[in-house]
Order: sequence, then C-alpha cells, then structure tokens
Amino acid sequence: MPHPQDSQNRINDFVVKLANVNGTGSASANTLVMKSIFRMGIPVIGKNYFPSNIQGLPTWYEIRVTREGHAARSSRVDLMVAMNAETYAKDVKDVSAGGYLIFDSTWPRPMLLKRDDITILGAPLARMCNETFQGVRSRILLKNIMYAGLLGALLDIDLQIMRTLLGESYANKKALLDSNIQALEIGYNYAKEHFTCPLPLRLEPMDKTSNHILIDGNTAAGLGCLYAGATVGAWYPITPSTSIMDTFKSFCQKWRVDAQTGENDFVIVQCEDELAAIGAVIGASWNGARAFTPTSGPGISLMNEFIGLAYYAEIPAVIMDVQRVGPSTGMPTRTQQCDLMLAAYASHGDTRHVLLFPSNPEECFYLSVQAFDLAERLQTPVFLMSDLDIGMNDWMCTNLAWDDEYQPDRGKVLSKEQIEKLDKFYRFFDHDGDAIPYRTLPGVHPKGAYFTRGSGHNQYGGYTEDATEYQIVVDRLKRKFDTAKTLVPEAVLTGDGTHATGIISLGSCDGAIQEALTLLERQGIQLDYLRVRAFPFGEDVEAFLAAHSLVFVVEQNRDAQFKSLLTLETRVEKEKLSSILYYSGLPMASDVVVDGILAELGRRQHPSVGGKRPSPVIKLQPSFT
Amino acid sequence: MSFIAKPKVAHPSLPRNALGLTRRDYEGGMSTLCAGCGHDSVTAAIVEAIWEMSIRPEQLVKLSGIGCSSKTTAYFDSGGHGFNSVHGRMPSIATGAISANRDLHYVGVSGDGDTLSIGFGQFAHAIRRNLNMLYIIENNGVYGLTKGQFSASADIGTKAKRGEENRQPPVDPVLTALTLGGSFIARSFSGDKEQLVPLIMAGLRHRGFALIDVLSPCVTFNDHQGSTKSYSFIRENYDAVVHADFIAPAQEITASYAAGEAMSVAMHDGSRILLRKLDPSYDPTDRTRAYAYLRSRLAQGEYVTGLIHIDESSPDFHEVSGSSTTPMNQLPYARLSPGSEGLKKILNRYR
Repeated sequence: MPHPQDSQNRINDFVVKLANVNGTGSASANTLVMKSIFRMGIPVIGKNYFPSNIQGLPTWYEIRVTREGHAARSSRVDLMVAMNAETYAKDVKDVSAGGYLIFDSTWPRPMLLKRDDITILGAPLARMCNETFQGVRSRILLKNIMYAGLLGALLDIDLQIMRTLLGESYANKKALLDSNIQALEIGYNYAKEHFTCPLPLRLEPMDKTSNHILIDGNTAAGLGCLYAGATVGAWYPITPSTSIMDTFKSFCQKWRVDAQTGENDFVIVQCEDELAAIGAVIGASWNGARAFTPTSGPGISLMNEFIGLAYYAEIPAVIMDVQRVGPSTGMPTRTQQCDLMLAAYASHGDTRHVLLFPSNPEECFYLSVQAFDLAERLQTPVFLMSDLDIGMNDWMCTNLAWDDEYQPDRGKVLSKEQIEKLDKFYRFFDHDGDAIPYRTLPGVHPKGAYFTRGSGHNQYGGYTEDATEYQIVVDRLKRKFDTAKTLVPEAVLTGDGTHATGIISLGSCDGAIQEALTLLERQGIQLDYLRVRAFPFGEDVEAFLAAHSLVFVVEQNRDAQFKSLLTLETRVEKEKLSSILYYSGLPMASDVVVDGILAELGRRQHPSVGGKRPSPVIKLQPSFT
Repeated sequence: MSFIAKPKVAHPSLPRNALGLTRRDYEGGMSTLCAGCGHDSVTAAIVEAIWEMSIRPEQLVKLSGIGCSSKTTAYFDSGGHGFNSVHGRMPSIATGAISANRDLHYVGVSGDGDTLSIGFGQFAHAIRRNLNMLYIIENNGVYGLTKGQFSASADIGTKAKRGEENRQPPVDPVLTALTLGGSFIARSFSGDKEQLVPLIMAGLRHRGFALIDVLSPCVTFNDHQGSTKSYSFIRENYDAVVHADFIAPAQEITASYAAGEAMSVAMHDGSRILLRKLDPSYDPTDRTRAYAYLRSRLAQGEYVTGLIHIDESSPDFHEVSGSSTTPMNQLPYARLSPGSEGLKKILNRYR
C-alpha cells in the first residue's frame, strides 16, 4: 500500500522524472513542463541524464519542484513518465513508495502491475497521436507534448501558461503552434476524463521566482565572455563545453555586429584540435585581445604544453573547463570534479595555475568576467572550473545584474607614451614588488619590442642558461602566485564559524551541502561550511581549516583531489580532513552528504558535534554579488 | 638562440629607406647557428626585404616554433616583437595574433621538422584559413638540434652523415600547399638571394597565406655527398620557372620583357610582382598545371623554384570571418558590452 508520507500530499515538493529515448524531441516537452512550473512562481530545477549518442539510447529528465528552493538533485522519484519501453523495468523500480507512474497504454505492459505500492496510470498516447496527426516525425514529437498535457492536468499546471509558452516557441510557425496546442489539450483532457485530477502531489502557485531566471551554466559563461569584452574565441568542440561557444557566438551575432557595415566585433576560430585552440588564445592574448577557450578534461590534457608556455612566458589565457567523467574518454555526458589536479599543475616543470570554482550558472557569469581580469592582471592562464551539472543543466538563479561602471582590468600594459619615456624596457622585471612585470603589445613602439619564449630567460627578457638568472624569474613566478591569493574571490562561509566541525567544498557540491545542512540541523547537528571559490587558497581557507577540529571535504571524484590540494597547499593537518566522495557521474544529492557525515560521526563518536568553540575566528564573508 | 646583441654602430653613408632607417636597424641578435648555415642567408634576405619595403620595425611580428630555423626570428628586426612558441605549433599562435590585430605584418619562420612532422596539422590549417602571413620554411631535410635525424622532407635514397639511407617518402610542402588551396606558394634556395628577396617582399604584400619553402642546406649534418639537400645537389638540380621582381606601389615598371614571356600580377595594395617566365609555358596562376609541372620535375630529381602559384582573389581569414576592420585589440569596451539594459533584454529569454 502507498505510504502517505512518501509521495502523497506533496505540494510544490516532489520530483517528476521523464524516461525517454534520445533524439525523439522530448527536450521541448520537458522544458515546457518545467518552465510552466517556474512561471507559476514555484522554484524548480531540471537535470538531464543523457547518453553520449544522438538517437536511440535511453535519456531521462528530472524536474525537481522545490518549494524551499533547493539547488541540488533529490534522489527520490515521485512521478515517473515512462516513455521508453527499453527502460520500463528499471523505471518502475525507481519510483518512490506512494508514487505514480504514467505509461503509454497503447501497448499492454502487464509487468508494470507488479508493484502495488505505487499508482500506475496508463494513457494511450501513441494511439491518440496516430488518430490525430499525420507523419511519423510529427507523431513522435507530439506524443511528448501530449504527456506534457497529461502532467498539466495531473499536477494542476496552469494550462494558459503552457499555451503561452508554446506560443513563444512557435511565434512564427502557426501550423506547428496549432498542432502543439492540440496535442497539449488532448493529453490534458484525457487526464481530466480518466484520472482523478489533480493528484495528491500537485502544484499551488507561489511568488518565489519573479527575480529569477532558469539558465544553464554554459549559457551564463558565454554571456560572461560577452560582458568581459572577449573578442577572440578559439575552440575545438567537446562535450560538455560546446554550448559555451555556441551561446557566445549567438550573443555576438545579436550584439556585436555593426549595423551599418555588417562587420563582426569578434573572431571565433573553430580549430583543428585543442592544441591549436589554446595556441590561438595565447597568440591573441599576447597581442592584446581578450581571448578564451572552452574545453573539458581531454582537451586540457592536450593543451598542457601550451599552458606551461603561457605560465612561463606570462601570457594571459582564459580556459573554461567544463568537467566531465574521466579518466580517458570516460563518460562524456556525466558530471564530475576530476580535473582539479590536472588544472592546478598543468604542464611539465614547476607550474601552478589560478582556478576559479563557480557553484552555479550565476557564478559562471560573474566568475567568467573575473577570470579575464585576473588573467590580464596576473599575466597567466586562469581556469574556470565548471562541470557538466552546472554547465548543461537548468538552474534557477537570481537575476544577473551588470554594473555599467565596469571597466576591464587590462593589467600592466604599457602605452606608447609610457614606453617612449623609458630608457629601456625590461619585460620580466619586478618593478612594483608584486611579482607582476610590465608588458608591451606588438605594433606599439620599437623600444617596447621583446622576444617571447618558453626557453630560459632572465628578468630583462633575454635568453639565458645561467642558474641564477633563471632562478630569479621562476622565484618571482612563485611570488606572483602569492599575489594571486590576494586577488582571487574569497571563500563563502555558511554558518557563524563557531562550530567545532566544518565542511569544506567547492563548485557544484554547494546545493547538496546547503540542503544537507538544513537536514542535519533538524537532527541537532550543526556545522560550519566554507565554499572555496579559488585556487590559490587564501588566508580565509587557512583560518577555517585551523579553526575546526574535524573538517569534511566534500567533492566529486574518486581520489579526493581537492583534499590533496588542501594538504599540499595549506598548513592543515591531514588527520583532521575527512573525505566525502561522490563520483557516480550523476549530480550530487543531499543524502550523499548527510549519510557521509552521519556515518563518519558515528564512527568517531566525535565529542564536540553540535558543540561550540569558545570564540569565533572566522569572518563572515559576503556572498558573491 | 642569440643572447649577444649586435652593436648598433652604423657607417653614416649607409643607404637609408623611406623611413630614414638603414639595414642595421632591421637586424637582430648575433646568430648562434653554425658558420655557413643556409638559415643565416635567409635572415639576410629578410632584412634586405623589410628594409627595402620600409616596414616600421615595430609593425612586424616574428613567429616561430622550435628548432634551428625557429631561432631565425631572433636574428632580424630587433624592433619587432618575436614569439618563439612550442614545437610545430607556431601557426596557432599566428592564428590568434592575427585574429587580435589584423593591421601588422606577420612573418613565421619554421623548419621542415617543425612544419612537416610535429606541426603538419597546424601548417595545413593555417593554409586552409588563408591567414594573412608570410610563412617561411627553412628546409634542410634534417633535424639539426638533435643531431642529424632525417626529417619528413628527406628524399628517398638520401643519406645521413653517417651513411644511413632514408627509405621513407618525403612530404613536399609546396605540393601540400597546392593541394590545400594555398594562395601564394613559392620555393627558393638560401644561396639565391636575388630570387629570394623579391619573393619575400611579394609574400609580405600578399593578402593571405604566403608560403616560401627555402631549401637551406645544413652545413653540419646534411651537406655531404649522398644528400639531396646539400649545397652542391641543389645548385645542380635547380629549375627556376619564373624570376620574380617586386614592384612597390610607387615604383614605375622599368624592366623590359618580351610579351608572352612575362606577366605582371597586381596585388591588393597596388604593388605588383613582375614574373619573368623562364619556362614560357609555365603559368603560376593555374594551380592544376603548376601541380603537374612540379610532379614531373620532382620525378627528374629537380627542384622547381620561383613563384609557383599565386591566387590574389582568394579571401583571407578576416574576410571569411567578416571581422571588423578595426583590430580586435583596439575595439573600445563600450562598443563590446551590451550594458545593463542589454542584459535585461537578454535575460527575458530565460524566464
């Protein structure tokens, strides 16, 4: 029998999972459902689990309706729309007790009746489509809109909002609009006639989304590049980063084309491989343009040699790493945080790179802009370490805002007039004590000319194989990394910083951790949480680690790469760090954190759990705006 | 790599160009290549060409990869920015640099190892993109800095200094560029400055990718009997199909030539190349015939030199990209950002 506490009477707090077949056009139906809920003022997020193929393999879309506004996936399934015969058996099993399953009853599925703790609702979608619409493709596509209509009635979605959204999608395609509206209404009416509508899990309008948008991280990062004033983008297509360049290009085509001449204020180069992509970024940055490349782990592997050159020759470069599951080709359409070590020390020799860790699309936007400022200020490669969950899934974010006073930080670039006044220009000399030298751009002044090289050079820019001259430069590069600590974004503290136990994490773990903190607090367990937003780690990270006697390190990879970075790059005692690792490839849910913490605390029987330290030492950091 | 700067003392009577600069002003550091290296002759030809063309020293960007040839960029135009990148990957640096500022002159100097082995992919794509640059290959058929291994341009049957015979077929950069649609393709010999200088000048003026494959013997590892890239072999097996004269925009054509044996190619900036055809049947504007001609001569063991193919109509990288005539690195930020009002409009799509 269904358990009422599970999937019953869940108003604005449930998960709808849609099982489909890749390439059948389900994305527009799923987006229609999610966006309609969003427009009803109810917080919602969407996660897409798709295979690395074009057509035919199973794909799932998960809509979490979350009254509380949680940002992470939930591991429950309250309503499954099982549209893929191949995965029926699994999909039936995945429904939480008390939940619902909708299937296409055009074909009998007796095995579906084997569960008696869920409610199974059949609707003859294919038959109704075949009776109403012509053409194989139309029938397949409109079957999806039909189940969106079913959900509309079952969940009490405002049908007028759904109609409006279809109107926006097919503004100039009347025939398509008409057939979509028809399919929507057939589904809606079928549910009204044959089922008790709405279900006990249902929607009620709220007013929590008015200052928000639904956006994915790659779109936000592409938008960030536009606002940063990037003019050169070089790339080689790779999942899951590709849509960064796609969106950057479409934004440029809208905002960066001269109306009179038709000329583009941007250059996008689709390169022959990642080696060329980073080369083009370095060449463009060296020549004074803001340039970037989006990529993923395998791309970073290929870029390593050039990244080392940019580090040593001190050339800005912005690299956007949308991490996916490794090693090797791994699982290209699944998420992980497994490139941390690869990016932090990319290339041979002694190198260290600046990494930024956005936790959601909102930060993808702001940190993208900051990546360009840091790259030019520090004259070094900067990585934006996103991941597939942030990059390709739909997140509800606070409205993005832009300060019209913003001016790009172009760093220490000497003008023609400044060069003119110089007796002599020394490219790699630390004039200001911040370990950042001055640079000049080609074409500006013959006195500013210098030779850029990845081979040994002295502080004046000349070639050298002299031990002392070499060391002066590489020691300064090390000091430059210390300067970077003062420029990168600060970590964000949740909690008052006074508890004995803490969590430290980064990136897309944030949603799951925030939700876990609430759940743990209900059990009387209180922890501080520090979300690190950059490498090198600043003093705020050191202070947090020093102030807590037990720190859970939450991250999404097998080998605890973030924990390794913390032990290598801070003064923390290794023993106080306890890893919570998740690396299935799916976005992390809060129970991973809750279960991990409870298990470890149980093992340790930690005496100070929930207790207070005598005095706070952590300053509450303002959240990023 | 040179770490010795040349003294800048010049005799007052040295000739000066339109900018009032002497040849010395276009020199770079002291060469550290072996005495007699063909590459140094190429350096001298580049200095001569850019002085003659009165290019402002800072307006020239010098790019290279890794290897003996790639050191060349340090030996000319000390007033211009140089970039010694990584092995074989200079074309991508050039792609980015040219994307950022279309107004400068770009000279890439590479070698046969740098271009035809590790860098073959990037070389091909630079041609395909028709980047507006002069790309010089200093081709000696051998790896010098790692002491004498065959390169991808070594001919079948050619012998290494220690007697080993090459069995692998060579990659010919000129045939490659013809196949890939190169818009300016030339071959020359480091020992023929009279031919090389006007080719460099024309290559710099060409709007698009200008390739000059310069046979440049390695005096240390590949200048012996049995090598097909030695001074003596090239001098004996040298077939100049055209002789090129570069005519600057302001210059009057005074050279006389017989009709049917010469042609004048007008370049985009008003300059011209006057081609005296040593083989009257040779037409450098016909890609297919040029290819067939080269193949037939190569079969005879001969190197065809001169301006092998030119196509002035092919759009360059920026024309294809539709990019702004103002260089990307000079666009003011106010022109690039849609501002807060623009952002509001953009975000409406995400509600």
